[in-house]
Amino acid sequence: MDFGSINPVLLIASLMVASTPILLAAIGELVVERSGVLNLGVEGMMIVGAVSGFIVTVETQSPALGFVAGALGATLLSLVFGVLTLVFLSNQVATGLGLTLFGLGISALMGQEYAQLRTPTSPRWEFFGLNELPVIGPILFNQHPVVYLSLLLVVGVWWFLKTTRSGMILRAVGENHDAAHSLGYSVLGTRFAAIAFGGACAGLGGAFLSLVIVPQWTDGMTAGRGWIALAIVVFASWRAWRVLLGAYLFGGISVLQLNLQAAGFAIPVELLSMSPYLITILVLVIISSGRGRTGGQAPASLGRSFHASG
Amino acid sequence: MIRLEQRAAPSRVWAYLTPLVAVLATMVAGGALFAALGTDPVAAIRTIFWDPVFGEFAFYYRGQLLVKAGPLILIAVGLALGFKAGIWNIGAEGQYIIGAICGAAVGLAFYPMEARWLIFPLMVVAGALGGFLWAMIPGVLRTKFNTNEILVSLLLVYVAEQILAWMALGPLRNPEGAGFPGSRNLRQYESAANNELIAGSGMHWGVVAAFVAVIFAYILLSKHLTGFHIRLTGESPRAARFAGVNPTRLVLFCLGVSGALAGLAGLFEVAGPSGQISIDFNVGYGFTAIIVAFLGRLHPVGILLAGLLMALTYIGGEAAQATLGLPAAAIQAFQGMLLFFLLGFDVLTNFRVRFGRRAMV
Repeated sequence: MDFGSINPVLLIASLMVASTPILLAAIGELVVERSGVLNLGVEGMMIVGAVSGFIVTVETQSPALGFVAGALGATLLSLVFGVLTLVFLSNQVATGLGLTLFGLGISALMGQEYAQLRTPTSPRWEFFGLNELPVIGPILFNQHPVVYLSLLLVVGVWWFLKTTRSGMILRAVGENHDAAHSLGYSVLGTRFAAIAFGGACAGLGGAFLSLVIVPQWTDGMTAGRGWIALAIVVFASWRAWRVLLGAYLFGGISVLQLNLQAAGFAIPVELLSMSPYLITILVLVIISSGRGRTGGQAPASLGRSFHASG
Repeated sequence: MIRLEQRAAPSRVWAYLTPLVAVLATMVAGGALFAALGTDPVAAIRTIFWDPVFGEFAFYYRGQLLVKAGPLILIAVGLALGFKAGIWNIGAEGQYIIGAICGAAVGLAFYPMEARWLIFPLMVVAGALGGFLWAMIPGVLRTKFNTNEILVSLLLVYVAEQILAWMALGPLRNPEGAGFPGSRNLRQYESAANNELIAGSGMHWGVVAAFVAVIFAYILLSKHLTGFHIRLTGESPRAARFAGVNPTRLVLFCLGVSGALAGLAGLFEVAGPSGQISIDFNVGYGFTAIIVAFLGRLHPVGILLAGLLMALTYIGGEAAQATLGLPAAAIQAFQGMLLFFLLGFDVLTNFRVRFGRRAMV
C-alpha cells in the first residue's frame, strides 16, 4: 500500500507495451480518416486480428506468422467495409457499427476452441547488451519487435502524409473528393488502400494484444480499445505525432491504474478500471470544446459517400 | 460493365423489399457459415427460423419471443428517432444497465414493505430517469462542448459495466445471499416483480411499454412537429436550420428519449425475466437494438417486426445450440451479417443498376 512498490522505469517500459495496440489501431484509423472515410469498426477489426493471430500462432507455433495472419484477417474484414461503403455507398457510421458487431461475433465463433490454450512467447530484442543500461535500457532497448514497428509506422505515416505525392493525393481525396475526382485521381482506389491499411494496423494491434500482452484468447478481449483508438484520432486532430502522444497517455493511465490496483490502494477496483474510459471522455471534451461540430481540423469529406454521378 | 445510376427519388418498392432480401441473403450466407462449421445448414435454418414458431415445442418458445422482443423494440424505437436525425446514440447498452440499477435500487430500498401500487411505479420512474440521465451525459457534452456523442455514449457503456459490477458485489448485494454476488431476486418480491401478465404468453409490462412506444413514436414522426424536425434534420441539416429547428433541443430530446426507453427496458428486464442485478446482467440488447432499428428501416412499425424477427434468431439460436450444438457466438455473427446485407442491398433504394457502357454526357 505504498508508492514504493511502483517502479517508474518498469512503468514506462510497460506503458509502451500497453499502448502499442491502441497506437497501431489509431495510426491506421488516422490514415483512413485522412482519406475521408470514417470507419467505426476498429474494435471489430482489432478483435478479428487478435483471434486470427492467436489461432495461426497456436497452429504454426510461430508468433511472426501469427502477426501476419492477424493483420491479414483484419484487412479482409476491412475490405468488407470498403465494398459496402465505397461500392454500395452504405452509411459509414452504420456500416462501421455493423463491422464491430460482426467482428465480435465471428471472433468468438472462430476462437471458441482456443480459449484455454497458450502460445509460444516471442522474445524481446536485446540490442547486444544495450538492454543492460540503467533506466534507458529497459525502456528503449528491450522491447518487443512490434513495439518498434509501431513507432516506425508513426514516423512512416507522418512522412508519407507530409512529403510524398501519394500522401498528398490521399489528403486531397479526404478534403474534397469531388475536386480530387475531377483532377483524375482515383477516389475509390485511394480509399480502398487506406481502408486496407487501417485494417492491417488494427489487426496487428489486436494480435499484439492476444499474443504479447495477455497472452491468451478470451471473447471480447479488446474491451473498448478500438473505441479509445477512435477517440485518440480526434484527440490528435488527425496528426500522426499527436496520435503517439495520445496513445502513450492512455497507455500510461491504464498501466498506472493496474499498478495502483496491485499496490492495494484504497480506491475501489471498479473506479480504477473505469478510469481509462472516463479520462478518454474528459480529454475528448477538452479537445473538442471551442471547435465547430466538424472539429475544424477534421478532413472536410469525412464520412461522406462518394458517387461519380457528375 | 455494371454501374449505378442515381434515382431521382428513393424507390418505395425497394425500401420495403430490402429488409426481406437481406434476410434471405443472410439465411443463405449463414447456412454456408453453418455448413463450414459442420452443421447441416437446412436443419440449422429450420431450427432457428421455423421451429420456435411452428415446431413441436413452440408453446414454450412463443412466450420467449415477446420476452426477447420487448426490450429490443423498446430500445430500438428510441434509437431510431436519433438515427433519423443523424444523432448517434450507440451507448444504449449502458443506459439499459443504469436504468436497471436505478430501478432495482428503488425496489430494494423498500424491501420488504408490501405496497405494489407505490413501489412498482416508482421503480419504473427511476429506471427511465436513470437511463435518461446516463444519456444526458453525451447529450450535454455534445451540445455544450461539441464532443462526439458516438464515442462518449459508447465509452460510457464500459463505465456502466464497471458500476454494474460494483453494485452486484457491493451496495446491492443480497445480504442473505451467503456472500454470492448479485442482488435479491425481485421476482420473489411481490411489490417489485414484473411478472407475466398472461401466463405463458411472455407478455409483461416491458412488452406493453414497447407496444406503447411504437404507437407514440409513430404518431410523433408522422403527426407531430418534433417528428417533422427530426426527419428534416436527418435529410437536410441546413434546411432544418433555416426552418428554425433548435439543434440543441433536438439532440437533447433524441438522446433523452432513447436513454429513457433503454433505461425502462433495463428496469423491466431486471424486475422480470432476469430477476436480479448480477455481474453479467446485460446481454447485449443495447447493441442488437441498433441492428433492429436499421432492419426496421428506422420506422416504428418496421422496428416492431424487426424486433420480433431478431428475437426469433435469439431463441432459435439457443435452440440450435441445444439440439445441433451450434456455438452461441454463431448467432451473434449471424446478426452482424444481417446488418451487412441490409446496408449493402440498401443501395438499390437510391440507385438503379445499369448494364452496358455509360452514355457520353
